Amino acid sequence: MAEITLKSLAHTYVAKPQSPQDYAIREMTHVWHQGGAYALLGPSGCGKSTLLNIISGLLEPSEGEVLFDGQVVNALPPEARNIAQVFQFPVIYDTMTVYDNLAFPLRNVNTPEQRVRERVTEVADVLELGALLKQKAKNLTADEKQKVSMGRGLVRDDVSAILFDEPLTVIDPQLKWKLRRKLKEIHQRFGITMVYVTHDQLEASTFADKIAVMYEGQVVQFGTPRELFEVPAHTFVGYFIGSPGMNFLEVTVRGRDLYSGDTRIPLDEGLVSAAARSGSNNIKLGIRPEFIDVMHEPGAETLEVEVNRVQDLGTYSIVSCHLGQTPLKVRVEEGQHVEGPRCHVRFVPERVGLYVDEYRVELGQ
Amino acid sequence: MSLILEKIDHVVNGATHIDNVSLELAPGSFNVLLGRTLAGKTTLMRLMAGLERPTHGRILMNGHDVTGVPVRKRNVSMVYQQFINYPSLTVYENIASPLRLAGVEAREIDRRVRETAEMLHMEALLERYPQELSGGQQQRTAMGRALVKDAEVILFDEPLVNLDYKLREEFREELRELFKTRKAIAVYATTEPNEALALGGHTALLHEGKLLQYGRTEDVYHRPQNILSAEMFSEPPINVLPGMVSGSEVTFDRRVHFSLTDDLKRLAPGQYQFGVRASHITLGPQSPDDLGLPVSVDLAEISGSETFLHVHNDLFDLVVHLAGVHEFAVDQEITVYLPPHKMYAFDREGAVVHIPPHLEGA
Amino acid sequence: MNKVRNNHAWWLILPMLLLVAFSAIIPLMTVVNYSVQDVFDPYTRFFTGTEWFQVMLNDPALQAALLRQFAFSLTILAIEVPLGIGIALIMPKQGWQASAVLILVTLPLLIPWNVVGSIWQIFTRGDIGLMGWGLRELGYGYNITRSPADAWATIVLMDVWHWTPLIALLCYSGLRAIPEAYYQAARIDRASKWAVFRFIQLPKLTNVLVIGILLRFMHSFMIYAEPFVLTGGGPGSSTTFLSQSLTTMAIGQQDLGPSAAFSLIYFLIILLVSWVFYTAIMHRQKDPTTQGER
Repeated sequence: MAEITLKSLAHTYVAKPQSPQDYAIREMTHVWHQGGAYALLGPSGCGKSTLLNIISGLLEPSEGEVLFDGQVVNALPPEARNIAQVFQFPVIYDTMTVYDNLAFPLRNVNTPEQRVRERVTEVADVLELGALLKQKAKNLTADEKQKVSMGRGLVRDDVSAILFDEPLTVIDPQLKWKLRRKLKEIHQRFGITMVYVTHDQLEASTFADKIAVMYEGQVVQFGTPRELFEVPAHTFVGYFIGSPGMNFLEVTVRGRDLYSGDTRIPLDEGLVSAAARSGSNNIKLGIRPEFIDVMHEPGAETLEVEVNRVQDLGTYSIVSCHLGQTPLKVRVEEGQHVEGPRCHVRFVPERVGLYVDEYRVELGQ
Repeated sequence: MSLILEKIDHVVNGATHIDNVSLELAPGSFNVLLGRTLAGKTTLMRLMAGLERPTHGRILMNGHDVTGVPVRKRNVSMVYQQFINYPSLTVYENIASPLRLAGVEAREIDRRVRETAEMLHMEALLERYPQELSGGQQQRTAMGRALVKDAEVILFDEPLVNLDYKLREEFREELRELFKTRKAIAVYATTEPNEALALGGHTALLHEGKLLQYGRTEDVYHRPQNILSAEMFSEPPINVLPGMVSGSEVTFDRRVHFSLTDDLKRLAPGQYQFGVRASHITLGPQSPDDLGLPVSVDLAEISGSETFLHVHNDLFDLVVHLAGVHEFAVDQEITVYLPPHKMYAFDREGAVVHIPPHLEGA
Repeated sequence: MNKVRNNHAWWLILPMLLLVAFSAIIPLMTVVNYSVQDVFDPYTRFFTGTEWFQVMLNDPALQAALLRQFAFSLTILAIEVPLGIGIALIMPKQGWQASAVLILVTLPLLIPWNVVGSIWQIFTRGDIGLMGWGLRELGYGYNITRSPADAWATIVLMDVWHWTPLIALLCYSGLRAIPEAYYQAARIDRASKWAVFRFIQLPKLTNVLVIGILLRFMHSFMIYAEPFVLTGGGPGSSTTFLSQSLTTMAIGQQDLGPSAAFSLIYFLIILLVSWVFYTAIMHRQKDPTTQGER
């Protein structure tokens, strides 16, 4: 069992890195606790696979340290790290039976057959592979194969973490949620640290207790699914999580107010003064489509917007509109009708985030 | 320009791929073909394009019978799932290629290529080669080729499946903008109900080669004609509960029951299947009529801004669609509430017999 | 109605039929024709039925050649397959070394058969050939014109030199096609090198090996030019393989009938062995219950 620590970790594929852009992973420090369910989430090319390979030992980081339970393991190969990995495409030993596949990691270290049988039976039971043990692994369906490759990690007593690299890519959509459930069940039962790499927000949020959102080689937020949704720490998180993503308005400080173009945005005073204090000229307000109310009548805190389009998505509608030059998306629930060409919106005050140089500023900091 | 399919059958080696489909697409309309894999979407598009010839039936374009006219002689273009471009040509030449083939004059080609590139936000990339582009840009190039030649019918065969979801969101929106002003008929095949809803326009539901329903997208969604339409056009799929209507109440599996609400009173006693949309089930009662069901949680799937809660009790498996992020432990015991006034009812054959009153005739 | 229309489609395969007729059926039929006749001169011929076939099957010289042929094919397969796999395994996977080694390994494949024979004939000469001279200097009385064992071993060695690269190349491409994830998974499972070979590499090589073995079997069964140049089939008939017996008979002695019958028997043997081999392997692959032992 292990706690994984990344200490001032950075990685570059360039021999003499000059700028931050040369780094696939920019310096980061994180602690992943024993028994946690973590996800690495980000678009392709954000560095998540590099980070995974560093943790699994396939790649040695160019800077910083990886620690398992306080031991530096930078130079240790995968086989010496007591980790297991499930790959994007199922890796199974074709010519072996399911039983032999599951027994393989144990037999490789000369485990007595009696013990092998106990472990394999137990794990097959949890994974619902019991009936298939005598079959050739080659003839299994994709989801069964993925279970077998997961099982090869679970049979070992010494495995401290299981890494998943987009494991549901090849699984039938109808079966995906069952496998997700199985993963959660296994996590709860075995208490193993699990790290799940994906570009899919649904997979990450469903699986993980805590998600590291990666963008351009950096972890821009490390938080629970709820935090990513409600208080995105970076504009990228706001954009990437949720569909549609968060609305961002570029604003300028004028006197004691914030303006988007020529429109004054009515806001909490604390927020305005925080924006003013920052002194930056990259100030944005972030508000999720879910937290904008559409009003019939103008009121004290409302803004007038121009309605471009209303998309009926069945359960709810998305109103695309413009506040001056800035496009906004507003989510309205089923049954509420929005008529163009103009209407009034109100930002739910406690849901407005202030972003200075792309990062969220927490008030009171 | 209208496109009419009249009683089209398509049979290949004795297997019926398209079964008696009649469809009338209006000029300038945006049409979504929604169906699962192998429902016949691609075949239907190939028939529309003239790449296949129907076994029976006629195809009319602007009132002319074009049933036997091959694709080269019809003015259609098609965009595929895979990003298909000429690898040895620049983006500019890729987009220009249909016009060059048609022998359009050079100055006109230049004008139209630049105009199309601008629409697709590709102006800066015209001199690049396809392999130097991202997936999204490659698909834009392929779309440029389809859009540049004023085709009468433009077919899209799941063009976005190979792109990640943020790009899909952008594309859908742009596509609708593009077609606002075009006179061409657009046909767009997809397997995803939510994509059909996001695209709007009209939707044709295809299932096993048969046309289940065609109409304005919202109408098809809100007023399904049968249970199959309702199941296919909902993501997560609509929850279906078999129930018994007696003189005064509705009973689910002899155990759970509620009194007939006013609008359900016209249902004759007997067996029905009740449909409840996942988004209509709530965690707290919304009205006094709501039916509380104790259930245990299988899994909470969270998609960034929404939660899909899979729950069950010993009678049903249900999916609940909640806005926002909600965390639940596996096997947690909770109560969910079903609103009788938002239920659909289908008879034993699956035909719809009751639509929630707030949607009727809307 | 439908049937009539379908019949027109047959005309479309006519060019193909003609092509096959010229390339295979007509030449083969000529042979079949001769195999059942006794031809004295262009005007005199008798129908003999299966007589030539019986004669040929009972000919002790041919039986010996057939046995020799099998022994040869099996010997070279037993050497070339493991050796080829071995070479493929140690070939570099990337960089300029990969290209360089690839070219070096491929070289023997580019040399024509009779040239190979000539090269080895000179190479093994006792007076000026490096190998022949070298072995004699080392005290071994190497002589392929006298010792059947030396001749036999030299031909095997020559074939191994000439054709192991083919197996190596096929295996190399097969190995390159294995996704990196398999090796990573095996490392994580702490598999030994042998286990990696046995459970990942070998199973993934099965398909290319089937092709390789089939090709090599058919090839070696028809070997002609190299032994003809190198040993001329001798000493005695110790290295006279089937094709050479056939040529001697047909061209040298003008025994058209017997050699035609013999040709057919020869052809059927190759066909049969290849078919048995192929079906056996394919069948084993499909069968889900058998263990992948080999």
